[in-house]
Amino acid sequence: MSDGPRREAIGIALWWDAIRRDRKAATGAALLAAFALVAVFGPLFVGDPQALVGIPLQPPSWHHLLGTTGQGQDVLAQLVVGTRVSLAIGFGVGLAVVLIGALVGVTAGFYGGRVDGLLSLLFNVFLVIPGLPLAIVIAAYLPSGPMTLSLVLVVTGWAWNARVLRAQTLSVRQRDFVAAAIVTGESDLRIIVDEILPTMTSLLVAQVIGSTIYAIGAQVGLEFLGLGDVSACTWGTNLYWAQNDSALLTGAWWTFAPTGLCVALVGFALSMLNSGFDEITNPRLQLERAWRTHLEARGIRPSRSTPVVPDHD
Amino acid sequence: MRFLLRRLGFYLVAGWVALTLNFFLPRLMPGDPATALFARFRGRLAPEAMASLREAFGLTRAPLWRQYLTYLAHALRGDFGTSVAYFPSPVLHVIGTGLFWTLLLAGSAVIISFAIGTLLGVAAAWWRRGWIDGVLPPALVFLGALPYFWLAMVALYVLGFTLGWFPLGHAYSDDLTPGWTFGFVADVVRHAVLPVGSIVLATLGGWLLSMRNTMITVLGSDHVNLARAKGLHPARVVLRYAARNALLPSITSFGMALGFVLGGSLLTEIVFSYPGQGYLLVQAVRNQDYPLMQGIFLVITFAVLGANWLVDVVYLWLDPRIRDSAS
Repeated sequence: MSDGPRREAIGIALWWDAIRRDRKAATGAALLAAFALVAVFGPLFVGDPQALVGIPLQPPSWHHLLGTTGQGQDVLAQLVVGTRVSLAIGFGVGLAVVLIGALVGVTAGFYGGRVDGLLSLLFNVFLVIPGLPLAIVIAAYLPSGPMTLSLVLVVTGWAWNARVLRAQTLSVRQRDFVAAAIVTGESDLRIIVDEILPTMTSLLVAQVIGSTIYAIGAQVGLEFLGLGDVSACTWGTNLYWAQNDSALLTGAWWTFAPTGLCVALVGFALSMLNSGFDEITNPRLQLERAWRTHLEARGIRPSRSTPVVPDHD
Repeated sequence: MRFLLRRLGFYLVAGWVALTLNFFLPRLMPGDPATALFARFRGRLAPEAMASLREAFGLTRAPLWRQYLTYLAHALRGDFGTSVAYFPSPVLHVIGTGLFWTLLLAGSAVIISFAIGTLLGVAAAWWRRGWIDGVLPPALVFLGALPYFWLAMVALYVLGFTLGWFPLGHAYSDDLTPGWTFGFVADVVRHAVLPVGSIVLATLGGWLLSMRNTMITVLGSDHVNLARAKGLHPARVVLRYAARNALLPSITSFGMALGFVLGGSLLTEIVFSYPGQGYLLVQAVRNQDYPLMQGIFLVITFAVLGANWLVDVVYLWLDPRIRDSAS
């Protein structure tokens, strides 16, 4: 299509505009952008995170803004350098998990019948088997490193997305435009890619965000247990060393508090972005809000009714 | 009944998948699995221990399907082999020592969190745009974004270490003998407050939000409007007419939440040196005690499957639609 890139540019501009106007989404996006900047450029400004720069367990001072670890490394440097790896694995796994989930879920929902039965059984089984113990067992057998960690997170995390996308595909599959495409003799692949997937864009975006939250949390948890590469510098291994050097019992709060706050802030930013997206892409929520302000401006207490969405403005 | 049997069949399949995964995982290790596994224990274990380990794992020279069948037969008899770190205790025996503590921790955390979160969700939906609805959801989303174990670390640092209000770890004081005495139970409760509290705080937001959102939909439905129009007492409308129906999706996710919380409680146990499955699991990983590690995975999985089936029974009891279509 000749107008493809242009159309996309307009689409992106619209999204950008919507994000800017929604308070939640804007907060989330700004926080995330800040972390992304730190991840990309931060390591250039701090020294070698593994270098022994001073007396172990110094509290924060002008010299070491966040103090030193139990080994005598700079906590701030470790935090900044760790951001890069942790976020990279988080977003990479978040994307991969949704891709696999989409592949399985959409196939199951589109073809139905025996294919659906088999695939549904598969992801339901994976949903009910507890993820973290499985992840620990797999990680214990494989050589430690970022690849193992990503693999483990993907294996234990894809099923939820598959389930949600199957349900969504089932409902889209019933619509007339899909039936029309089937009757015109379009290939299955084309129907899925061109007709079905575009109707789920906002759901897919929400899932990538949700899966990234999961991936970062689970990753930090596994590394905290010592299942990552303990010689690397990531958020999880920082916490692992803090626990190993009994930071808690020596009162060295600065070795674990900043890292946990960063994990929480990224998770919070992603959740905000997600609920912001929900409001942007859900016309009913938008209309409800407009209706409410309209009523409140006239001094009427809004009831619980749901406004009907008009077809076009 | 058909519904329950179908679910039971599903859990049996899930259990079989877990067993099979457990069988193939050691064989995924780079190189020849048997030699690689045993090379690590050479010199640390007596030859007869190695033989019994090999036997229990079915890691013999027999063809793969024979090994698999031997393994299944052993597992069904509850024989997960011998622990390497606690040799010669059988794996099942070692697991038994920690199971009670994990069930206590995860079980009470899930139930407390579910109860409080759901009630708050009802309140937030009823007084929509009130202060509960305005303050709690974002605050709890933020708390939920914190890793469980990190919240536990902060709680331990502030309430245990700095203020000294709670003990710093373990399930009970060393100078007490376990038993059903008041002193011992009170001591166990005192030790459980921080670990349970930190899990509850981290999971509260999910229950609150899901209940709030379903409640808002249900409150707008016809049968609730009718109940209101009849002039029923608001408490009755909210609890009997709305909350009961809005509870169903939360019940469905209850089973899955159990798995999550169990995982989270494993990490929390590490922070508090709480002698449950998580603590054993990490010790097993550090000591490369593979039989124990895999036994713990299976026991946790079966516990979650069993709990899920119980949730199905409750669901059947709560939702007349399924009950009627089943009979």
